[in-house]
Amino acid sequence: MATLPLLSMTIFLPLLGVLVICLNWGNSEIVRANNARWVALWTSLVTFGLSLVLWWNFNEAVSDFQFEDKFQWIPLLNVSYHVGVDGISLPLLILSALLIPISILASWTSIQVRVPEYMIAFLVLETLLIGMFSALDFILFYVFFEGVLIPMFLIIGIWGGERRVYAAFKFFLYTLLGSILSLLAILYIYFEIGGSDIPLALTTPFDPRIQIWLWLAFFASFAVKIPMWPFHTWLPDAHVEAPTAGSVILAGVLLKMGGYGFIRFSLPMFPEASAYFTPLIFILSVIAIIYTSLVALVQKDMKKLIAYSSIAHMGFVTLGIFTVDAQGLQGAVMQMVSHGLISAALFLCVGVLYERIHSREIADYGGLVHRMPRYATIFMFFILASLGLPGTSGFVGEFLVLLGSYQVDTWTTCFAATGTVLGAAYALWLYRRAIFGPLLKPKLKSLLDLDWRENLIFAPLVISVFFFGIYPMPLLTMMEASISNVIDQYNLALEVAGDDLVDPKKSLEVALFK
Amino acid sequence: MDFLAVLVVFLPLLGFFLSGIFGEKFGNQFSQLTTCGLLGISTVLAAYLFLRLGLKEETLFITLFTWIRVEFFEVTWGLQLDSISLVMIAVVTLISLMVHVYSIGYMKGDPGIPRFMAYLSLFTFFMLMLVTAPNLLQMFFGWEGVGLCSYLLIGYWYDRETANAAAIKAFLVNRIADIGFVLGILTLFIIFGTLDFSGMFELIGEHYDDSFVFLNGQYHALSLACFLLFIGAMGKSAQIGLHTWLPDAMEGPTPVSALIHAATMVTAGVFLVVRLSPLLEYTPFVREIMTLIGAVTALMAATIACVQNDIKRIIAYSTCSQLGYMFMAAGLSGYSASMFHLTTHAFFKALLFLGAGSVIHAMSDEQDIQKMGGIWKFVPVTYAVMWIGSLALAGIPFFSGFYSKDIILEIDWVSYLPIGKISFAFGITAAALTAFYSWRLLLLTFHGKPRADEAVMGHLHEAPLVMLLPLVVLAMGSLFSGSLLYELFVGDETNFWVGAIFVLPEDEVLKAAHHVDKWVHWLPTLVSFLGIGVAYLLYQFAKGWPERLSTAFSGIYTFLCHKWYFDKLYDWLFVKPAFRFGKILWEEGDQEAIDGLGPNGLAMLSMASGGILCRLQTGYVYHYAFAMMTGLVLMIGWYYFFR
Repeated sequence: MATLPLLSMTIFLPLLGVLVICLNWGNSEIVRANNARWVALWTSLVTFGLSLVLWWNFNEAVSDFQFEDKFQWIPLLNVSYHVGVDGISLPLLILSALLIPISILASWTSIQVRVPEYMIAFLVLETLLIGMFSALDFILFYVFFEGVLIPMFLIIGIWGGERRVYAAFKFFLYTLLGSILSLLAILYIYFEIGGSDIPLALTTPFDPRIQIWLWLAFFASFAVKIPMWPFHTWLPDAHVEAPTAGSVILAGVLLKMGGYGFIRFSLPMFPEASAYFTPLIFILSVIAIIYTSLVALVQKDMKKLIAYSSIAHMGFVTLGIFTVDAQGLQGAVMQMVSHGLISAALFLCVGVLYERIHSREIADYGGLVHRMPRYATIFMFFILASLGLPGTSGFVGEFLVLLGSYQVDTWTTCFAATGTVLGAAYALWLYRRAIFGPLLKPKLKSLLDLDWRENLIFAPLVISVFFFGIYPMPLLTMMEASISNVIDQYNLALEVAGDDLVDPKKSLEVALFK
Repeated sequence: MDFLAVLVVFLPLLGFFLSGIFGEKFGNQFSQLTTCGLLGISTVLAAYLFLRLGLKEETLFITLFTWIRVEFFEVTWGLQLDSISLVMIAVVTLISLMVHVYSIGYMKGDPGIPRFMAYLSLFTFFMLMLVTAPNLLQMFFGWEGVGLCSYLLIGYWYDRETANAAAIKAFLVNRIADIGFVLGILTLFIIFGTLDFSGMFELIGEHYDDSFVFLNGQYHALSLACFLLFIGAMGKSAQIGLHTWLPDAMEGPTPVSALIHAATMVTAGVFLVVRLSPLLEYTPFVREIMTLIGAVTALMAATIACVQNDIKRIIAYSTCSQLGYMFMAAGLSGYSASMFHLTTHAFFKALLFLGAGSVIHAMSDEQDIQKMGGIWKFVPVTYAVMWIGSLALAGIPFFSGFYSKDIILEIDWVSYLPIGKISFAFGITAAALTAFYSWRLLLLTFHGKPRADEAVMGHLHEAPLVMLLPLVVLAMGSLFSGSLLYELFVGDETNFWVGAIFVLPEDEVLKAAHHVDKWVHWLPTLVSFLGIGVAYLLYQFAKGWPERLSTAFSGIYTFLCHKWYFDKLYDWLFVKPAFRFGKILWEEGDQEAIDGLGPNGLAMLSMASGGILCRLQTGYVYHYAFAMMTGLVLMIGWYYFFR
């Protein structure tokens, strides 16, 4: 088993599916569409299976990268194809591999035009996402990181709602703008270390005065992706216009790219700069939690409401990451995984309604529990998970983040904790308007409850949210070694730097006049 | 033994799943049988455990598996059975069983019976998890879980606008209080490095004097933690300021009010402070606040109860008030007296609620006591048990409430803390008011001329046996639990609480409380009789008087009718601003400022600049030629003059 290039197989298997879809057999549009669906589903399921095999063979005791594959890619530039995973990327990798088959299943009937192309987009997206989380070469990473934009742009722009073009461009430009800056930083690092190997860069100490600028360049990219306030306005638009499965991937995985970037690059490579900017991150996180929760409270569009709630939840992630202690960081990763499951499920819940009624307006619903009791139960479960009820995975992440941040700064924790009240307010208020109350609207009277396909979509999400709520240890142990490695490295660097803290003015001079 | 304890806690959960998943398929009887049956087993086992362990002063620890472990932070799932959790288990399972059985009759004809039974069982499970928790985080799991069930059951009739509003209100008010709970947990973890009760209590000697920087001040760490946790307790136990959800919670079906909003869940806050007695003993300041809050709540709620007309709301305010007594005692180190009152109160308050439910049932869902009257002959059993409940509540001698309320007031009197005497005065006044509103309720509900219409009076009927049986059991409890448990709970010789409740030697109040002056001992009884007398006077003999009093003191009367204006204040202070603020942030912040300056602004800018640049490209050759000429001239000129 160990001799097989398991990780590379996981990354590129979806492309094999793409190839098969491209063969495009079948004599009518309908048959071709159906074939594409089945191929995509099976490919993604096998990929998910492979990711579980990775988990099974993963050695939790060490913090090194595992399942590494490395060979020259562009020898002239000293760029290589180098992949590997550790305890930080593996959970997110598995999350991506889980959500893709769910997305494909969720699009089974709702997507009726250009089905093969749609499925190809999702499979390509899967390759890029998994590749992004496992890339260990900056150029490779950048290719995957940016490449993700293309299928996502197409998914929103082609299969999206009415204002899809505006949303797609906003999404694309926003994220691109941030990434360009990070490309500059990557180029700098490339010339500094004479190569693009990530493990090498992670252990190279950078001049603290340069760190500030590199940190900011990466921040531009990651803060837009995650998104942090005030770079968040692309997200609600993108979600509202994206098809259901697009939202699932967007909220479930794409947002995590930012958090992953912070942990993978910003903390280990620029420890002094991270310490310097920690107050800024804390303030922005707290603003995100409270601001977006309040905004979510007054939304009339279900998807927008959930989108805003995502931003608030991501506020906990950024908060946790920059506490740089074991509880905060593990909490942040836990929160990322858990939010990936919960927000995906919530968008699927909205999707179920949208497929039936073709409206996202909360006011168009009410009293659904009368016709759809099973749906109401599942929706309630995820609403509760979203507001962080103990016993669901949402609680574990949130609590650990609060525990971590409380040891660093009590103000931040208090503000963040108020976010949990607002989180309950908008979630329950949404549920109350959509699901409870008398069933008055004639359009809703013939609604059908979830069918077997929809049950199948929700089942894995319900099980994992519940399971990781009462027993999160598999995830926590998986990430433990890698995260404590990040923390040790960070603390060591700060110790070396000592009192010689970063002076922004000096770093400005260095950057301008070097 | 371990296995039995696990069964006690998890059988109700099994009941929830069975009823919730298969209830629709196999019908109402299936879910009623499974939930009641499983809970019945659980109750028997709980009683067995109480006799085996509780009376022998043994403690049982069971560890199930790790919940969260990150570095040196570790919490495990487990059960801790010591005297306070055993008492709670016994009370919770017994009352819950009674309510389950009662619900079979009460909810007859309701379309959602499996769901209702499932929720009740789920609640029981969470409550048992709460009381058996060996660490604070598991307690919080139960704490939030019972809050969830409370939310689900208040909003059980989801078609009703008011029920939905009340459910959300209950959840959110509790969530606000839970900020305190969570911050308290975090603080305690920082102090002790563990959240296990036994671990914390062992380390108290090293950390009782620690200080901690919170926000911008430096505080005594333990006091801070206990204060924050007490905020959580105030929310769940509906103490003044955070009590507003409890009266509204009466929108739920009456069995729910009896089980959750009277007998068990709302006492969780009291249970929490009793559980933390080893910590609270080192924080006299927090205990004084607790006593004060309890005393004020006891009085405030009692005053409001005197003017309410909804039969359930009266009892709800009464619950608020009685919970105040429990905090009063706990604050003065009378933890065992708190537990005692908690136990007796669970019986007589559940009885009163279920009795009220029986009245409502008989009166075709009428809840306004002004529209009742003259029905006692038709519902004799209900009438009798309501009397028993009221006598116990008012603290009339030899009924259960007499023993527990008496000891609390005696503790108030003997405590060396200055707050003790104040709370004694508050407690006595509240006792008089308690007796008054109880008899006002009895007289208006059962006596006088019937004020309901013919149709309702024609339908009057006593409840079926399945509802009466639980009433009788609870009535027995209200009659005898006080006298039977007195020696065990608060007697001079008792060792029952050793290992579970800790009191510093200088705070020992119980012994002194047994030797107070005779007048302190009998004063509560006296004022209760006084309250009853006044109630008879106003509602039996001088019937015009209530009317006249309310007009004479209209200021006070409106103040009370509006429940001290708490709801209006909060609405104005928090609810409306939150929505208004959200709208402003969305429209002005996101759409105007961020999008306006950011993407849309940039888009506009590039469109505008593109438009200007566009005009340069006219397509006429002589324009381009002219531009080239100008450029050439400038370049040559620059070279000529500057180089």
